[in-house]
Amino acid sequence: MSEVAVMHHAVEPAESPLTPESWGKLGMWVFLAGDAMSFGGLIVAYGILRYASPNWPVPSQVLGINLTAFMTFLLICSSVTMVLSLSAVKSGDQKGLMKFLGLTILGGLLFLGCQAYEWTHLITERLPELGLSFRAHLFATTFFILTGFHGMHVTGGVIYNSAVLAACLRGRYGAKHVEIAGLYWHFVDLVWILIFTFVYLL
Amino acid sequence: MSEKLGFWRTYLFSTDHKTIAKQYFTLGLLWAIVGGLTAYLMRWQLAFPDTEVPGWGFIAPDFYNMLVTMHGTILVFFVAMPILLATFGNFLIPLMIGARDMAFPRLNMLSFWVFALASLVLLISFFVPGGAASAGWTGYPPLSAKADYTGVGWGINLWILALALEFISFLMGGINFLTTTINLRAPGMTFFRLPLIIWMQITAAVLFMLSVGPLIAGAVMLLMDRTLGTTFYLPEGGGEPLLWQHLFWFFGHPEVYVILLPGLGMVLETMPAFSRKPIFGYRPIIYSTIAAGILSFIVWAHHQFISGMDPRLAMPFSITTIIISVPFALIVFAMIATLWRASIHFSTPMLFALGTLSVFILGGLTGIFNGSAPIDIYIHDTYFVVAHFHYTLFSATFFAGFAGITYWFPKMFGRMMNETLGKIHFWLTFIFFNATFIPMHFVGLGGMMRRIANPMEYEFLKSLQPVNEFITVCAILLLISQIPFVVNFLWSMIRGSVAERNPWQANTLEWSAPSPPPHGNFETIPVVYRSPYEYSSPEATEDWLPQDRPLTPSAAARQ
Repeated sequence: MSEVAVMHHAVEPAESPLTPESWGKLGMWVFLAGDAMSFGGLIVAYGILRYASPNWPVPSQVLGINLTAFMTFLLICSSVTMVLSLSAVKSGDQKGLMKFLGLTILGGLLFLGCQAYEWTHLITERLPELGLSFRAHLFATTFFILTGFHGMHVTGGVIYNSAVLAACLRGRYGAKHVEIAGLYWHFVDLVWILIFTFVYLL
Repeated sequence: MSEKLGFWRTYLFSTDHKTIAKQYFTLGLLWAIVGGLTAYLMRWQLAFPDTEVPGWGFIAPDFYNMLVTMHGTILVFFVAMPILLATFGNFLIPLMIGARDMAFPRLNMLSFWVFALASLVLLISFFVPGGAASAGWTGYPPLSAKADYTGVGWGINLWILALALEFISFLMGGINFLTTTINLRAPGMTFFRLPLIIWMQITAAVLFMLSVGPLIAGAVMLLMDRTLGTTFYLPEGGGEPLLWQHLFWFFGHPEVYVILLPGLGMVLETMPAFSRKPIFGYRPIIYSTIAAGILSFIVWAHHQFISGMDPRLAMPFSITTIIISVPFALIVFAMIATLWRASIHFSTPMLFALGTLSVFILGGLTGIFNGSAPIDIYIHDTYFVVAHFHYTLFSATFFAGFAGITYWFPKMFGRMMNETLGKIHFWLTFIFFNATFIPMHFVGLGGMMRRIANPMEYEFLKSLQPVNEFITVCAILLLISQIPFVVNFLWSMIRGSVAERNPWQANTLEWSAPSPPPHGNFETIPVVYRSPYEYSSPEATEDWLPQDRPLTPSAAARQ
């Protein structure tokens, strides 16, 4: 056996893992890729139905922009506090973590409250006035399925963040768990900006 | 690793990837029996319309619709996916990459139990008033979007729910497959030393995860149309029936490769081991797999050439469809080149691998007919298409599945299967499979439509009836041919001769673990020195060279 062959078979180290410090982070990225496709499917379906419809109303006139702009602002702020809570937990600042992650959860709750108010207003007053109620026009149907699917994600995120906060306070979770929860929360925030653009603004 | 777990944690709520694999396997095999029963009932009705089916009774047309729907649903989602993807993915990924378990064992357990729940929901759907789903396994609206159209109410609702649960289950499985393969490989196990089946499994997982989202969204809309009275797919409310077809096939076509790739992977593992030769073109096979995976996202509308979509779309989708046969042709040529001048051992797994190859080639060739829009307009929705997808999917699910089962049975259960029974099973299956499905091409070209309950109601199909009768006889014999397998499987599990660690003298890492591997798999995590297919290497004294065997003391010392 030649020396070259021996060299050829010497052990090379395996590639270093993509996310060596945490498998959960990679798992979350993979999940988000699939989830992004779900939202993609809904948004494309919305586009197809809207394009094929002869009498699609102008969304901003029906839905109004002011409240939604405030909701968007809320979500963006909650993303900022999410980042701050991560830096707090990284520097071992339990109080800061409690404050900022608590604010993130509060932001999510306020967003859901606004959405509940908006839905109630639309269902009971605005849409029936215009003859666009849930079953009558795809405008309303697609609106509720898109914002509802996103709202479910926010609800899940609020529960998830609360569970992470509780586990952090008991010392069972640390920075890596906050970071993974942050990935999910930023994703939900990003998706909202797309929905805001397509469903309300365009 | 060896602390004693109770009965429930060992057998039922286990987090061990091998136990979870066997759980998927058991459920998949049970569903295969139901799937076989639906095939028997349909074939009898087609050959001898409106006569009493022995052991069952008469079959009404709406019951026949249900059979067609559930046959497809069960075989694709509840047999092929749990066996090819979940069973072998769960069993092989940690063993072959040299890991002790999956990255998220509890998520893995949850994934199985969600699948079990999906199975339960599908089973219940048979017994609700109105019967099980009967709008075709593709569930096209408007037929599926209103209960009045099919007469099936809760059957289709539960069918959608069962599929949604199954997708969630495989989503969790896919997260596990990818994370495990990327993060948990043993020292020395680079990506280009992974066995090909691992490449196939993770490509399948990626395809599934990226394609299933739109279908989940689509299924939610279909369920809302059925239960809340919305009109996503109903033209009378401004909806768009074609939207479902696009969402369904955007998932449905990658799904074909989600099933096919693990099947091809099993063949690619079996062939070098029984040819005693390295695989031909290891890296080109990987590149082909990735290329096919990417292409699979842009071929979906070839299912819709006559659906009423914009006809200008037909040509681009024809072209991509025919291009996708190139990477698969390359994989097939690599298999043939591996066999070239090899010292082939015709063991049962090898016979099934060769069976897969020969059957898949024919299925691939008829795929080119179907993919070409002008020909498809003629053969669309005929038995030619039925013959085509049975040649591809039956080869992947059953021939490749049996190759995998017989090859890894010693590792799974610690005992050898009976070779004689295995060979009888192979030859009977091979003969009657071809006798069943080759004539289907002819009745399809003769114009016989899919999903009709009684061909005798059509004047132009009456002359084809003798062929239909022949197909049915062969199909029943094909079902009976599975008895040797069932006997062999159950008998060998209890009475088969005890398997050693490496009964096939193969190279990959799972063969260096005990048979069956204990909880935690390896005594010590193996170190990988080379690629997985170094058979008949001049550097070794035997004709195999396991991935984890150091060739020289100096190489060992470096670790």
